[in-house]
Amino acid sequence: MRARRVTTLVVKELKKLVREPANLFMALLFPMILTVAFGSAFGGLGSGGTDATYTVGLVDLDKSVSQIWADSFKEGISDTGVLVVAEYEDNETAHADLLQGKIDSIIILPEDFGDSVDSFLAHPADPGLWVNTTLGLAVDQGSMIVGAVVPPLIQQVLASTIFGEQAMTVALPLIIGTPTQVASSHLTQFDYMVPGLFAYSAIFVTMLVAQAFSTEREQGLLRRISMTPTSSSEVIVSQVIANMITGAIQVAIVYLVASLMGFRAQASASGIAYALTIVLFLVLCNVGFGLITASVVSSSGAATGLSFAFILPQMLLGTFVPASREIARFVPSHYVTDALTSLFLRGAPLSSPVVMMDLLVVAVVSVVAAVVGIAVFQRFGRG
Amino acid sequence: MITAQSGSQAISVVDLVKRYEDVTAVDGLSFDVHTGEIFGLLGPNGAGKTTIINILCGLLEPTRGKATVLGFDVRKESSKIKESIGVCPQEPAYFSYLTGRENIELIGNLHCMEGGELKERTDWLLESVGLGEGSRRRAGKYSGGMVRRMSLAMALVNDPEIAFLDEPTVGMDPQSRRATWGLIRALREKGSTVILTTHYIEEAEALADRVGIIDRGKLIALETPQSLMEEHGAENLEEVFIKLTGRRIREEV
Repeated sequence: MRARRVTTLVVKELKKLVREPANLFMALLFPMILTVAFGSAFGGLGSGGTDATYTVGLVDLDKSVSQIWADSFKEGISDTGVLVVAEYEDNETAHADLLQGKIDSIIILPEDFGDSVDSFLAHPADPGLWVNTTLGLAVDQGSMIVGAVVPPLIQQVLASTIFGEQAMTVALPLIIGTPTQVASSHLTQFDYMVPGLFAYSAIFVTMLVAQAFSTEREQGLLRRISMTPTSSSEVIVSQVIANMITGAIQVAIVYLVASLMGFRAQASASGIAYALTIVLFLVLCNVGFGLITASVVSSSGAATGLSFAFILPQMLLGTFVPASREIARFVPSHYVTDALTSLFLRGAPLSSPVVMMDLLVVAVVSVVAAVVGIAVFQRFGRG
Repeated sequence: MITAQSGSQAISVVDLVKRYEDVTAVDGLSFDVHTGEIFGLLGPNGAGKTTIINILCGLLEPTRGKATVLGFDVRKESSKIKESIGVCPQEPAYFSYLTGRENIELIGNLHCMEGGELKERTDWLLESVGLGEGSRRRAGKYSGGMVRRMSLAMALVNDPEIAFLDEPTVGMDPQSRRATWGLIRALREKGSTVILTTHYIEEAEALADRVGIIDRGKLIALETPQSLMEEHGAENLEEVFIKLTGRRIREEV
């Protein structure tokens, strides 16, 4: 493989991108227009305002002799009608789900929860004999009002657990710890859409690649190139690189325009580098899909139509369109949106297992898609 | 079998066959092409000329037989062959969004030509084919004749040892055709070998050192134009073709 040939073909592809209006629109102007349109439409709207319930992840570490108080507390939470309990075995899993937005807050019942209540009821007037302990609490401020609503509700449920309906405001051995806040500013619906917009742009690479190869095959250009010493590997690698560059420009455009429209990512420079990396993997994946599409169609017109077989599922299940997570996990774009949501909106660290797993899934799927795409194209698509 | 009479061989073809399902496009061809000659392949449309070119350029696998180009086997060493040849396809293929100059330079770059040499060669070719003024216009805006001339320049940019020119003057005006003939003769003068397919009788007569007449995939004659005419008592190659096949060369096959 000669770098000179690959570079020549990459430059040719980039000239096509800039000089052909349809390509320029699809690759660069479309993401820009989409971001501006969504920013204008949804930038002023808050999220979660119509949601009447909040899911509380409950980690029960209570090892007291009597479990009656822990059970009563859980029952009390459910009885509020506002909070829904989801039980977890450990704090790590619950925290990961909080970062993912699957739950709105976490309550950690300490090891001596039951003992603490018993000590208070046995010696209500003698604080010296109380077993003092603290309920852990973490809330997602990304849900905006949950940070304000959940702690007082928990306090109320705790008092009801101990005193029954006649909740009292008195000193207790049980206190609620200062809520750990998953840092998040005031988020709008647009903020929740932006991670999907990054993925959205990359998805259309399928169409660009399918059209590029089928058109060049139709016009005899692939054959013309094959009359030179250029190998088909050099042609495909150049296509991958050109689309990677396009993908990087798309990321920059979406990030820049979204920022101008009010999006405030919480990610650091390394977080943005991560975003670029995972989107480029998605671009690679869609280059593979584009090659598969180009291999099975007979014309560039058919390539446009068939490429939607790959685009639509990714668009509807893996970007900003609400979809069942169970189904969405079968499309690669879901993992990109998922990771960028955690990173940009919930301030998840790069070392977060969920963020790392998302990258791993996208990377593996992308490499497989690219390898399959190249093999299929080499076998059936060269014409 | 008709074989080369003298000189070193640029191309050697032995019992070459190419079949597409039940159609035999090339049927047991054997011939040699000498280094530095203009070798004309003359025949009607569909005779198998383009198939022969495609096999020799390493674009098509033959069904049977052996062919070597510059000593390299077309089946196993096509990448080496492609380093030393230039191809002007029958249907010009070019990038409409690139300028004429960029299309020519693209092919030169794919041959890994040095920057200075490539620019010099491109400038010379643009002038030679009469595209000097239009070289910075996008090729998509070119007329059919301009596209033909650009396609010829693309084939010659790497200064090939062997140039395969498949009907290079179809669609050209008489002036451009004469200029192209001059360019082809210049290639021979500097030692390049030219394989020229054409169904223009006068083109084969004017340019070819030797002519192979192809009909229905078979090589039915191979000689210098003068020898062929003398041998068959004909005034031109059209008459030679009629005497050999009973048909005119431009009739549909």
